[in-house]
Amino acid sequence: MKQEYTISLFTEDHIGILGQITIILTRRQINIESFTASESAVKGVYLLTIVVTTSSELVEKVAKQMEKLVDVLKVFVHTFDQIIYQEIALYKLPTKAMMSGNIIDQIVRSSYARILEVSPEFIVIEKTGSKEEILKLLDRLEPYGVLQFAKSGRVAITKQVKELHSYLKEMDEANLNNNKPAEIPV
Amino acid sequence: MKSENETEQITAQANGQELMTGADALLRCLIQEGVDTVFGYPGGAIMPVYDKLLDYEDQISHYLTRHEQGAAHAAQAYSMVTGKVGVAFATSGPGATNLVTGIANAFLDSVPTVFITAQVVSTLIGTDAFQETDIIGISMPVTKWNCQVKKAEDIPEVIAKAFYIAKTGRKGPVLVDITKDAQQQMIDFKYQKCTYIRSYNPYRPLNIKSIESAAIMINHAERPLILAGHGVLLSGAEKELKAFAEKTGIPVALTLLGLSAFPTDHRLYAGMLGMHGNYGANVLTNQADVIIAVGMRFDDRVTGNLKKYAKNATIIHIEIDEAEFNKNVPVDVAIHNDAKEALNYLTAHVKDNSFEKWIREFRICDKTEYDKVVKPETKPAEGQIRMGEVVRLVSELTKGEAVIVSDVGQNQMVAARYYKFTKPNTWVSSGGMGTMGFGLPAGIGATLGCPDKPVITFLGDGGFQMTMQELGTMMQYNIPLKVVILNNSYLGMVRQWQDMFFDKRYASTALPNPDFVAIAKAYKIEARKIELREDLKDALQKMIETKGPYLLEITVENEANVFPMIEPGSAVSEIRLTY
Ligand SMILES: Cc1ncc(C[n+]2csc(CCOP(=O)(O)OP(=O)(O)O)c2C)c(N)n1
Ligand SMILES: [Mg+2]
Repeated sequence: MKQEYTISLFTEDHIGILGQITIILTRRQINIESFTASESAVKGVYLLTIVVTTSSELVEKVAKQMEKLVDVLKVFVHTFDQIIYQEIALYKLPTKAMMSGNIIDQIVRSSYARILEVSPEFIVIEKTGSKEEILKLLDRLEPYGVLQFAKSGRVAITKQVKELHSYLKEMDEANLNNNKPAEIPV
Repeated sequence: MKSENETEQITAQANGQELMTGADALLRCLIQEGVDTVFGYPGGAIMPVYDKLLDYEDQISHYLTRHEQGAAHAAQAYSMVTGKVGVAFATSGPGATNLVTGIANAFLDSVPTVFITAQVVSTLIGTDAFQETDIIGISMPVTKWNCQVKKAEDIPEVIAKAFYIAKTGRKGPVLVDITKDAQQQMIDFKYQKCTYIRSYNPYRPLNIKSIESAAIMINHAERPLILAGHGVLLSGAEKELKAFAEKTGIPVALTLLGLSAFPTDHRLYAGMLGMHGNYGANVLTNQADVIIAVGMRFDDRVTGNLKKYAKNATIIHIEIDEAEFNKNVPVDVAIHNDAKEALNYLTAHVKDNSFEKWIREFRICDKTEYDKVVKPETKPAEGQIRMGEVVRLVSELTKGEAVIVSDVGQNQMVAARYYKFTKPNTWVSSGGMGTMGFGLPAGIGATLGCPDKPVITFLGDGGFQMTMQELGTMMQYNIPLKVVILNNSYLGMVRQWQDMFFDKRYASTALPNPDFVAIAKAYKIEARKIELREDLKDALQKMIETKGPYLLEITVENEANVFPMIEPGSAVSEIRLTY
C-alpha cells in the first residue's frame, strides 16, 4: 500500500550529494513531492527533508541505499504521525483587494496567516501550516486575484527522543573502536 | 639557470618542506598507497601527470592501453587477481567518458579501483571548454564515491580517501577528477593514509546474536546449502568458507563471480548457480531447507523467477552491504558482517555434521547433467569442435591452476562451466554488467597481476572485436597472455536466444569475420588457427608452452547452444537440460 513518507537525511557537505539522492529515487520511479535542504542542529551537518509517496517496502529499500552513500550520516524514514512538520507559503495579491471591506483581513486572521507586507500595488500574505491548510487559504484568496503563490517544501522535526548528536557519537565510537583490522587491506 | 620552480624547491627543502606540483604529489600518493601498476591513456588535460610518470618509472609501471575502456578493464582484472586496488588514468572529455563502461563494470562487480581523470583548468569548468565533460555527474551512478579536485593542496587528502573507500566495506570504484591547474600548482607535500570518515563506517561489530541464531538453524537443518559469491573472494574468506563447509558437511554452490572461491574438485562442491549453472545446484536450491548465502546478492541471473525461488528454505544471509538484505529475497537471519569474520565465528558455533544422503542427490543430478550435457559438450566424438571440449582440455593441460579470463556470451558460460578451478582468485569475468570486450584487456591486467601463472582468456569472435586493438598493448609490453578465440561466426549467445525464443530469426547476429590470425600477426603476436579436432590438443599444448603472447583461433560449432538453461521467467528448479 502506498503512503506518504518523510525521509530525513543527515549528510556531510559534499558536492553532488543531492544528485546521488535523486538518482536513487528516480531509479525506483519514486516522485519527489517536496525537497528541503537546510543546516541541522549539528554544525557542518546538513539536513535534507524529502517527502515521497510509495510503499513501506520500497521506502525502506531506498533509505538503505541512501544510508550506504559515503557522505550520508544517517537516514530516518517517518510516517506523518511520527513528525511535527510545517510548510510555509507566500501569497501576493493586488492592494485593491483590500478595498473590498475587511474581508481579506478576516480571511487572514481566521486562517492563522499574517500580512507580511503592504505596498501601494500589492500585499504579501504569509501562512505557515500543513499543505492542506495552505492550499485551502489559496482557494479562499483566489476570488480576490492571487498574483503569485509560492510554497516551500516540508520542514520536519521528529518526535523520537534520541537526537542526531547521540547517533553521531555512537557512530564515531563504532568507527573508531569496532572491529577495525590492525592493517587496512592494501 | 635554474627554473623558478627549482629555486623555490631548494628554498623549501632548506625549510624542511617538500614542495612539488600537484601532479607529482598525485604520483607520490599512489606510491604511498602501494600502487606500482597503472593503466591509462594520456591527453591534454592530464599531461602534467604523464610528464611526472617519467620521474617515477622505477616505482610505477604505466601501461598504455589502446582505449580507455581497456585501461579500466585491465585495472579491474589486475585488482581481481592481486587483491590490490586497480588504478587507471584518463584525460578529460572523451578520455573520461571512454572509461565509463569499465567503471560501471567494476561497480556492478564491487571491484576496488581508483580512476583518475583530468579536468580542464578550473576557471574554464562550466563554460563548455574544449574537452570538458561533467565526468562527476556522468560517473555518479556508477561509482561508490567521486570527487573533483580543483586545488593541488586537496590532492593528498582526496586520494587517501579514495583508496580507503575503494578497498573497505563493499568494495568498488572511486573516481577522482583533477583539474589541470591543480596538477600544476605547487604544494608542500604531506601524506597521511585515511582510516576514518565520519559518515562512513565499513567495520561492523560482529553480529553475534544473529550468528548464534543462524548456528542453531544450521545445526537443525536436514538439507542445508551454502551459496557463495564474489564477496567471499573480496573478503579473502576462502579458507573460512572451506573450514565452515567441512565442519558442517554442507555442500557449497558458487555464483558466476564466486567461482574459484571453493575448489571444484572438493567433495562438497555443488556446482555453479544460475541461468547456465549446474543442474544440481539449481534444482536442489528449491529443495534446501536452510540456505546460507555468503557474499552474494541474489542477482536475477541466479534466482530465476523470484516467486518460485527457495520457498522451502530458511535464508541466512551474510553480507557486508546492508542494502542487499531483503532486496530481492526476504531473509530470515541477516548477518551484516564481513564474510571472513562472520564465517569464523559461525564455524566455532556449529556442530560437526554430515549430510551424505543430501550430497548424494547432488551426485545424482551431476550424473544426469554429465550424460545429457557435459559429455557431449566436452568429449564429442564427431562433428565440429565444441567450446566445451576446448575448455576441458585447457583445464586438464593446466591442471586447473591457470588464471582464466573470459569475455561475455557463450564463451563465458562455457569457460565458467568447464574449467575446474582449484585456486582462489583465478577467475576473471564480467558478471553484473556482462560487458562484451572485457576479456582481452582484462586478460592483460590479469597477466600483469600474475606473472608466475599461465593466464588464458577465452573470447568470442564478437567480443574480441570490441577491444581487439588491445593486441597493441600486448605487443608493446610483450604480455604473455594466451588469447583463445572461440569462433562460431555468430554473436552466439544472442543467436541462441533467437533460436529458442524468436523462431530462429537470426537478426544481425551472423558475423562475417576477418582473418584473426593475420590481425595478430600484424601486431607481431604469434598466432594460429585450427579447425580440426585432431589438432586441438597439440595446438593448446603448444600455446600454453609458448613463453610470449599467443593467439589461438579455434573454429567451433556454429549453432551450438549452451545448456543447461533457466529460461527467463522460469524457476531454478525448472532448469532445462536440453532443447
Ligand atoms: C557491449 C555489449 N553489447 C552487447 C551485448 C549483448 N550480448 C551478450 S552476449 C552477445 C554475443 C557475444 O558474441 P560473441 O562475442 O561472438 O560470443 P559467443 O556468445 O558467440 O561466444 C551479445 C551481443 C553485451 N553483453 N555487451
Ligand atoms: Mg561468437
